Amino acid sequence: MANDLFRIPVGKWAESALDWVIDNLGVFFDGVKAFFAQFYEGLDWVLTAPPFWAVIVVLAALAFWLKGWKLALGSIVGFLLIYGMNQWENAMHSLALVLVASVVAVIISVPLGIAAAKSGAVSGVVKPVMDFLQTMPAFVYLIPVLLLLGIGPVPGIVATIIFALAPGARFTELGIRSVDSEVVEAGQAFGASPMRILRQIQIPLAMPTIMAGINQIIMLSLSMVVIAGMVGAGGLGGAVYAALTGLNTPLGVESGLSVVILAIFLDRVTASLSRSKQHVAA
Amino acid sequence: MNSITGPPSPALRVTNAFKVFGRKPQEAVRALKDGKSRKDVAPMGTAAVIDASFEVKPGEIFVVMGLSGSGKSTLIRMLNGLLPMTSGSVHVGDTDISKISGKRLRQVRQKSVSMVFQHFALLPHRTVLENAAYALEIQGVGKKKRTEQATKMLETVGLTGWGDKYPGQLSGGMQQRVGLARALCSETDILLMDEAFSALDPLIRRDMQEQLASLQADLGKTIIFITHDLNEAMFLGDRIAVMRDGEIVQIGTPDEILTNPATEYVASFVRDVDRTRVLTAGSVMENPRAVVSISGGARAALLTMRQQQTSGAFVIDRHRNFRGIVTDREVMALVDGAGSDLTEILTRADDAVSTETALNDLFGRSVESNTPLPVVDEKGRLVGAVARATLLAALGNVPSSTDAIQIVVPGQTAGSDDGSQRPEIFTQEPSGEAGGTL
Ligand SMILES: Nc1ncnc2c1ncn2[C@@H]1O[C@H](COP(=O)(O)OP(=O)(O)OP(=O)(O)O)[C@@H](O)[C@H]1O
Ligand SMILES: [Mg+2]
Repeated sequence: MANDLFRIPVGKWAESALDWVIDNLGVFFDGVKAFFAQFYEGLDWVLTAPPFWAVIVVLAALAFWLKGWKLALGSIVGFLLIYGMNQWENAMHSLALVLVASVVAVIISVPLGIAAAKSGAVSGVVKPVMDFLQTMPAFVYLIPVLLLLGIGPVPGIVATIIFALAPGARFTELGIRSVDSEVVEAGQAFGASPMRILRQIQIPLAMPTIMAGINQIIMLSLSMVVIAGMVGAGGLGGAVYAALTGLNTPLGVESGLSVVILAIFLDRVTASLSRSKQHVAA
Repeated sequence: MNSITGPPSPALRVTNAFKVFGRKPQEAVRALKDGKSRKDVAPMGTAAVIDASFEVKPGEIFVVMGLSGSGKSTLIRMLNGLLPMTSGSVHVGDTDISKISGKRLRQVRQKSVSMVFQHFALLPHRTVLENAAYALEIQGVGKKKRTEQATKMLETVGLTGWGDKYPGQLSGGMQQRVGLARALCSETDILLMDEAFSALDPLIRRDMQEQLASLQADLGKTIIFITHDLNEAMFLGDRIAVMRDGEIVQIGTPDEILTNPATEYVASFVRDVDRTRVLTAGSVMENPRAVVSISGGARAALLTMRQQQTSGAFVIDRHRNFRGIVTDREVMALVDGAGSDLTEILTRADDAVSTETALNDLFGRSVESNTPLPVVDEKGRLVGAVARATLLAALGNVPSSTDAIQIVVPGQTAGSDDGSQRPEIFTQEPSGEAGGTL
């Protein structure tokens, strides 16, 4: 069974590294934990405190504004179904979790993508790191995150962020790099500073692609919700996990369906963001 | 190399400029200075510009001409520092571009050197007016003032009323006018134009050349214009530099280049111009004068011919397809006989030549015909006409292509894609109601 020839104790090394981090950076992670907990609880309160119909009206209005009456109508039906299946609270917990994770992932990954687009050296580092983060099975993140942050929604959020970073950075880099080089040259030729070219030319023209990346971030975050449920993040993930361990078919179907409805809503809304930008550019 | 130093100091002076792309550019330059050839240094990098030296006088149009890959774009991008040169210097006025960077270089670009791009390079998410005002915006000019100036400049290039459209809504020719307006708005003395008209249709392209020449006469800009088109170079250039494989092989006036080519390479370039083989019908054609639509009938045709003072007219159908020629005598007879259908008297429906036809193939037909030869595109649409005088002029040393069209002809403007919005400079008198509705 054991490897007789030679054994490289990569796992052991990682463990010692992690121990060192826990011993020395514990204060830092307490801060991280407090920050995310605040952020999450605040958003969660906004979504769960008002009566469910008020939240539905707001979400449907958002859908109407961004896309049109069809999506608004669909959203109302979908969310009413979630409520009817008694998954409303869970769905709102999950929505809060997805939003917190997505916002943080966007804040980290978009500037990273911009830096990678501007410098080949940064790109050379960011790309493999992103590949690593995305291909490592998501469950693996849970171990250090749990050890560092304990049980609850925060480890779920952090694991989700790590998992969802890659598309944000990658799409942003791609978007900025594929802006027509002659237009960028025009900015330079008229004496614009690099920051100004970034702000007035590269980001606006890359916006549809960046938006597609943000859409990916949100969808990946949602897919992580179930996994996060295993570490006590609650929400729909918790319900799915409970259904799985208890072999509870009705609960499984109802919570699973709610995830699907939430996913469709988030996808359509963010996809329309990227399209409406494109329209302005045309 | 070129030491014509007139009394006014040059607007731009390039001295022994080298540009090598690749891993060991400095080594490559040293080798080139030691007399090694471009091929010899290939392992060290691509020598795109080799030992370029020239001066451009204020108010001059300096054309750089050469085949694809000869280093024209690289050269022009060194003039405003978009590409740092490997060795040598470029003086804009008294400032050495090769010695400055960052903020000071941006200052030079804002104040002294602007640029027009081959594919227009407009900001697609901004309106035409905002695009025209872009250079001023970067210079920090206030919104009110820059809007005012940009509006005036759009007027100058013939785009009055298009300010709140987006670039994507404009034709290529119009977009390039916005590009020109943007560069002119910056009020720099020097204008760099890298194949600025190469992406445009032939007739629009000639319009733009005309307009540039007339703007230059008004504003006195110093223009460095890149092209690989000989006719364009000959028409626009006060002086022309011919490039080959990164080297400038000759600098001279169009006349000098034509009559005294410095090398066999230049000679082969030039041989093409005075031999009619290379000039095509498309490159010398003018806007057809008298054009009538087949559905317009005989009286309308008569009216058009009278207005144009021609004795014949081209007949086209609704799709602008060339259908034939009618002469005044026959139309008159038709009208006398109370007929109106032009199809009865159409002649020479097969006489149209394609835009690709070489000039020397036109002579025979032209001699036989007493009306200009109709020129059609690959779809059979009438796009121009070649008169006998045009052909004779093309035989001379200086190509007539662009001169010919200077004679502004009132009448139909067939073949122009943005015909509905002709800027003032090319304004044609409003034609009578008769004639082709194009
Ligand atoms: N960024 C670059 N890196 C490496 N080589 C380059 C680069 N830019 C240009 N070159 C090379 O330099 C040479 C000159 O190119 P340049 O674009 O200046 O030619 P050009 O005369 O403008 O040609 P064209 O008419 O096709 O525009 C070419 O061999 C080209 O491959
Ligand atoms: Mg070029």
